[in-house]
Amino acid sequence: MTSLRFNNLTLGYERHPAVHHLDGAIESGSLIAFVGPNGAGKSTLFKGVVGLLKPLAGSIGRDGLDARDIAYLPQVPEIDRSFPITVYDMVAMGLWRSRGAFGGIAGKDRNIIDAAIAAVSLTGFEQRAIGTLSGGQMQRMLFARVLVQDARVIVLDEPFAAVDAKTSLDLLDLVRRWHKERRTVLAALHDIELVRANFPETLLLAREPVAWGATASVLTAENLNKARLMCEAFDESAEACAVREVA
Amino acid sequence: MLSHYLIEPLGETAVRHSLAAVLALALSAGPIGVFLMLRRMSLIGDAMSHAILPGVAIGFLAAGLNVFAMTLGGLVAGLLIALLAGAVNRATALQEDASLAVFLLVSLALGVLIVTVNGIDIEQLMTFLFGEVAAKMSAEKLLVIAANATISLGALALIYRPLVLGCVDPGFLRSVSRADGIAHLTFLAVLVLNLINAFHALGTLLGVGIIIIPAATARFWTRDVSTMIVLATAIALFSGFVGVLFAFDLKVPSGPAVTLVAGIFYVGSVLFGRIGGVVWQAFPGRHLEA
Repeated sequence: MTSLRFNNLTLGYERHPAVHHLDGAIESGSLIAFVGPNGAGKSTLFKGVVGLLKPLAGSIGRDGLDARDIAYLPQVPEIDRSFPITVYDMVAMGLWRSRGAFGGIAGKDRNIIDAAIAAVSLTGFEQRAIGTLSGGQMQRMLFARVLVQDARVIVLDEPFAAVDAKTSLDLLDLVRRWHKERRTVLAALHDIELVRANFPETLLLAREPVAWGATASVLTAENLNKARLMCEAFDESAEACAVREVA
Repeated sequence: MLSHYLIEPLGETAVRHSLAAVLALALSAGPIGVFLMLRRMSLIGDAMSHAILPGVAIGFLAAGLNVFAMTLGGLVAGLLIALLAGAVNRATALQEDASLAVFLLVSLALGVLIVTVNGIDIEQLMTFLFGEVAAKMSAEKLLVIAANATISLGALALIYRPLVLGCVDPGFLRSVSRADGIAHLTFLAVLVLNLINAFHALGTLLGVGIIIIPAATARFWTRDVSTMIVLATAIALFSGFVGVLFAFDLKVPSGPAVTLVAGIFYVGSVLFGRIGGVVWQAFPGRHLEA
């Protein structure tokens, strides 16, 4: 069963494409890594997937899923770390889709929140203000919130950047658990070895899709080189794209 | 002696009205101030409090000292300015603090001009600027203030969750819900209602003090937003109550009296506040084991 489908998808900013003519489908239950140099369009593609960015052309099919039902952990969350809120309340926000703006949080929900906090080893930190957390603890808290969201599709943008080895291993365990639970997990990553060891499927992106398929066949020296050579900068005087949309 | 300050003033209806009005104002001023501060909008709130004066003045122009007309004028002007300021900020290169300062000065000048040209006496102008002298509150004003405060608290309760989430993690709120726009607009409307309340009770120049100062004070004592709101509301209630009694006793306008009482709390908290206070930072005690 398909979870996400990209139909000749072009995403970008001010008419400049950051993801150019992407076609393909992600099967339900996939664990897929998105690899590519900085500026390759990974974050842009994710913003498109979760509905924060409208396509310049083409479309994204979500198999009847509302974009807001996708759990999304951005590369740089817009969190105001000085805001006076506790770890517990931040994790509880993951219940938004089931509880909304007004729903109460029942005993059953509290169990879910406690279990999520325990799963990321932050038990005992519940009443700490978020401003007192380290970078790694912050990332653990955000993973706990994703756990609470209980989403069928999970999108993680460079989730292990700037966290130590122990934290990445712990968080990677959660990713494996989600995969075992048949959730669809998309993750942008730079650690090629980590991808080889843990992600069955990979999309190598450099604005254009370079290769997509089984990780071993995608992450070849030749493909990685090709991705590296694709230019990052926008061409300010670029002409309108010649590829026409297929009706 | 206590009875001279606390009990005797209550014999006067106008004083009772003033006290009731400032307490109603304080109830919604507490949470509004906290959210203004957490959204880094304290200065915007200050500028907007002056921006409602032209609207009030036009209400005064049309219907004289009619509290309902002035409230309506202030409401329209406030909402208009709130939307305009946002638009100017997005559309032009002028930095926000500069454009706010301009808004503040021009609206205040315009407001004062409109009311004085139309033959207001100096005593009434002082009331507009600094609040009722010696706590003389009319029953109509009290009614408007109480109604505004009730609406504000109800609206805040409805948008509380998206408002908090929109402050702490706006990206996440956008990714799970479309409530952020509604919450922000509702908050602006509630802000305008409370600025009008503050104007009626304490005057246009200092009214916003009871909204902003208690919130800034509460920040020195807690790291939890709900505790902060309770604390800010308590400080606003106390400052309002004591300030109005002072104003009556000394025959001074209520605006400065209430603002100064709140200011005393603020200075005390800057010095001795448990979180980030000067004394705690200078003498934190010996470092801990872990």
